[in-house]
Amino acid sequence: MTPADTIPAEEGVAPARDPGPALLDRYLPIVGAAEVEDLRALAVPLEGSTVDMVNSTAVGGGVAEILARLLPLMRELGLVAQWRVMEADLPFFEVTKAFHNALHGAPFTAGPEAFEIFRDYNRRNLQKLPLDGRFVVIHDPQPAALVESRGDGDRRRWIWRCHIDLSRPDPAVWNFLEPYITRYEGAIFSSPEFARQLPIPQYLFYPSIDPLSDKNRELDEDFISGVLSGFGIDPHRRILTQISRFDRLKDPLGVVRAYRLVKRYYDCQLVLAGGGATDDPEGTQVLAEVCEEAAHDPDIHILELPAAAPLEVNALQRASTVVIQKSLREGFGLTVAEALWKKKPVVASAVGGIPLQIIHKHTGLLSHSVEGAAYQIRFLLSHPEIAQRLGEQGYEHVRENFLITGNLKRYLTLFVHLSR
Amino acid sequence: MITANVPFQFATASYVTRVENQKANTISELHKAMEQAPDTAIFYHTFQSLGRYHFLTEGFSNDFAQWVLEGLNQPELAERLAGIDVRDYTTIPDLRADLRLMLSDFVEKYPRKAEQVAFEPFYFLSDVEVTRPLPWEARTLAGFRAGLERLSHSSFYHHFIASRLRLHLHTNDFSHWFATALGLERLAQRAENIDIYTNTLDSARQDLIEIVDMEVGQ
Repeated sequence: MTPADTIPAEEGVAPARDPGPALLDRYLPIVGAAEVEDLRALAVPLEGSTVDMVNSTAVGGGVAEILARLLPLMRELGLVAQWRVMEADLPFFEVTKAFHNALHGAPFTAGPEAFEIFRDYNRRNLQKLPLDGRFVVIHDPQPAALVESRGDGDRRRWIWRCHIDLSRPDPAVWNFLEPYITRYEGAIFSSPEFARQLPIPQYLFYPSIDPLSDKNRELDEDFISGVLSGFGIDPHRRILTQISRFDRLKDPLGVVRAYRLVKRYYDCQLVLAGGGATDDPEGTQVLAEVCEEAAHDPDIHILELPAAAPLEVNALQRASTVVIQKSLREGFGLTVAEALWKKKPVVASAVGGIPLQIIHKHTGLLSHSVEGAAYQIRFLLSHPEIAQRLGEQGYEHVRENFLITGNLKRYLTLFVHLSR
Repeated sequence: MITANVPFQFATASYVTRVENQKANTISELHKAMEQAPDTAIFYHTFQSLGRYHFLTEGFSNDFAQWVLEGLNQPELAERLAGIDVRDYTTIPDLRADLRLMLSDFVEKYPRKAEQVAFEPFYFLSDVEVTRPLPWEARTLAGFRAGLERLSHSSFYHHFIASRLRLHLHTNDFSHWFATALGLERLAQRAENIDIYTNTLDSARQDLIEIVDMEVGQ
């Protein structure tokens, strides 16, 4: 029986909808029929609307990953969504890398020619990219100057989606970009903390995870056991895990120290798993420091994972007793949402976007130091019923706020709002 | 079974959060920023927190109380702020005035504590609401019950909680329809009495279904 069958026929209720296209239906068991029904109802007035999503790379990075999964869902709901990728090469990317670092607070040392290179590539792309969508969503600073083509009475709705933290930008770069940003109809940030004071509306869109991706989907117990066995991890003893690059800002040394404090009270193992260290000189150095700190403790498992090892990451998270994210600075820190999605109790630092995911004592525990992290881990190990409750509430929090279907809903809502 | 002349039109509601330009680091700043923040922001941090944290039954009666407790460790003020019952208000200016009064009392009584810097700032946010009619409606309690079961959390929240302010009444969409379209005043009151603070949205909906079932069974 479909839900619509429960409505008495004499009440003139619309007949049960034909089975929807397959892609959105795959989310039904996760988010429920009502949410999918909401998405379809929201999309009705947008049917046939054209959407241009513009970024600077087709592969690699979180933005490309989100767009690759988001656009098919939009199309299935009747929007004509296109993904446009800027054409650019090394000189432009050198400039935008410097911009990126400066917007994160590093000093900007490039000369004034950098600004001209930025403008020049944006203008060249304006000639090439057919930006005629009803909604034009520009992702991140690289293509931000494309808004120059927006004229008076333009029927297109221009939105800037900023995925980075703008709370402490280098003034030279921000002062250059701001006049472009204020030409948009709105800007979207991932956290209120990342936003700027601007004369245009600013919206809050959380980054999202896809529950159907290899990194987040359900796994067979046998597969998880196989992964643990392959890495020499004992599945019968407590496992504390941090998944992150070997980067000082992720504080892997602090994690080892917290583990040692916990180990005085509880028998446990530590898994530090990350990828990409071999290509990164600093990463290699940090990895060496972590190995030294571990001092051949057989219960510390330092795992260098290949860049694309989503199933292994998934298995390690699912096998964990407690997941740690002891970052010193963080963007949004979606590894936290990934762990919560697996109903894991999480101890994480209160930095960047983490407090949006970890509501202290409700969806996990926040800490501010090595000692604090160790204490919270001990608390969870000694109160498994609380750990379980935090994990379950964390799962609900992710289901409500950090899934790709929620991201889709926010875009649809914003598009309807901007159409009014 | 009573049939209403005016059907109950179920709607979906979805929200996009706006980041406002006000923020506060201290209770004193919160008091000032609360004066400047738009009505939609006051609504967001009081009424809408009930919808956002709908799976929790403890804490979070409003965001101001939560921040004062977690960010500043001022439990007495937090409890006073949390004690506000949004069902008592039909306008945001009234709600804002009472919240500001509590804050100004604290600032006067504890001027040093009022300048204590919180662990993290309070950012004023608001929601843009978009509603769309769902393709079903109800004219009887049986039809209503079936429709109620199909609603998403945000749609249930829209009808049951957010509607109180929209209607400028001490009621909600459901009770309003029970009373005005079906003439079922007692059912309307029983629905209105469901405690939105100690329930989750799911358990509030279940309570409503149970009282509708009792009404149908009588």
